[in-house]
Amino acid sequence: MTYANNLHPQQGEKMVFDANPVLNERVTHYCPGCHHGIAHRLVSEVLHELGVADKTILVAAVGCSTFTYDYFNVDSVEAPHGRACAVATGVRRARPEAVVFTYQGDGDMAAIGMAESLHAANRGEKITTVFINNTVYGMTGGQMAPTTLIGQKTTTTRHGRNFSNEGGPIRLTEIMAGLQGVAYAARCALDSVKHVRKAKKAVRLAFDVQLDGLGFGFVELLAGCPTNWHMDPIAANKHIATDMIPIFPLGVFKDVKET
Amino acid sequence: MSRVVFLEERCKGCRLCVEVCPMNILRASGRFNRHGYEVVAMDGKCTGCASCAVMCPDTAIRVFKSSGRTAAHEY
Repeated sequence: MTYANNLHPQQGEKMVFDANPVLNERVTHYCPGCHHGIAHRLVSEVLHELGVADKTILVAAVGCSTFTYDYFNVDSVEAPHGRACAVATGVRRARPEAVVFTYQGDGDMAAIGMAESLHAANRGEKITTVFINNTVYGMTGGQMAPTTLIGQKTTTTRHGRNFSNEGGPIRLTEIMAGLQGVAYAARCALDSVKHVRKAKKAVRLAFDVQLDGLGFGFVELLAGCPTNWHMDPIAANKHIATDMIPIFPLGVFKDVKET
Repeated sequence: MSRVVFLEERCKGCRLCVEVCPMNILRASGRFNRHGYEVVAMDGKCTGCASCAVMCPDTAIRVFKSSGRTAAHEY
């Protein structure tokens, strides 16, 4: 794709916001208003700022985020459904000099790959996981995920999730924070500019613990899925602020550098 | 006093930029890109805070802050 030359700063101008070279120019396949694009940009900006993109290996998950490897200019491996943390373990042990991260959704990580994810975290594998929590299985049409809110209607909970039938939403960051191998666990949201800026700091810290060899870095990002929530993108952002954040409180739950 | 460039072929018309703009100078333009999404337009004085670009899921916005004279832009 070619862009006009008005994309360069002209005389007396300073570039305030530019794309970074770790994220390529391909237009993403995500729906309008999907927060995956913001999460991609945050991760790519962090990799660019750390200057480690050349030795980074991305382990892609299954779900909407499967095609992550199309958008990052880093080497990548596609893992079987849910097994991204297990594959990342192997990659990191075989290539100790590499920076390894997985990018997983909630259906992939919290349902199908719960065992692999928790055990990789518990072993303190020196990898980073970016966990996108949008409370539904996005790619397959909006089925209930383990993180689905109580009362939320999905294609497999037609009358809303009911605690006595389906249980409650799993708060994965709190679980991760309780494991010894985890060096950093935080939850951020992507619904407002303020939260996006905070999320970038959290992603940065999750990579820092890996680079320092301290253990598993984990960051959960609350994201919107306007298509499967049957909302427009602006209403989806409000839904994150009013309904999701009270259930999934934001904050840093563990940081070995602080303690 | 700032110049904002919208890469219209990247825009998916989600309007998150319109919602977060603190100056409320972004609006739907009535024009559509080749994918069929309605792109945004800007009219008014931009402070160059880049809130729209930070919120854009498709990195379709570039922001330039000008020092001194107002930069001319045709969008």
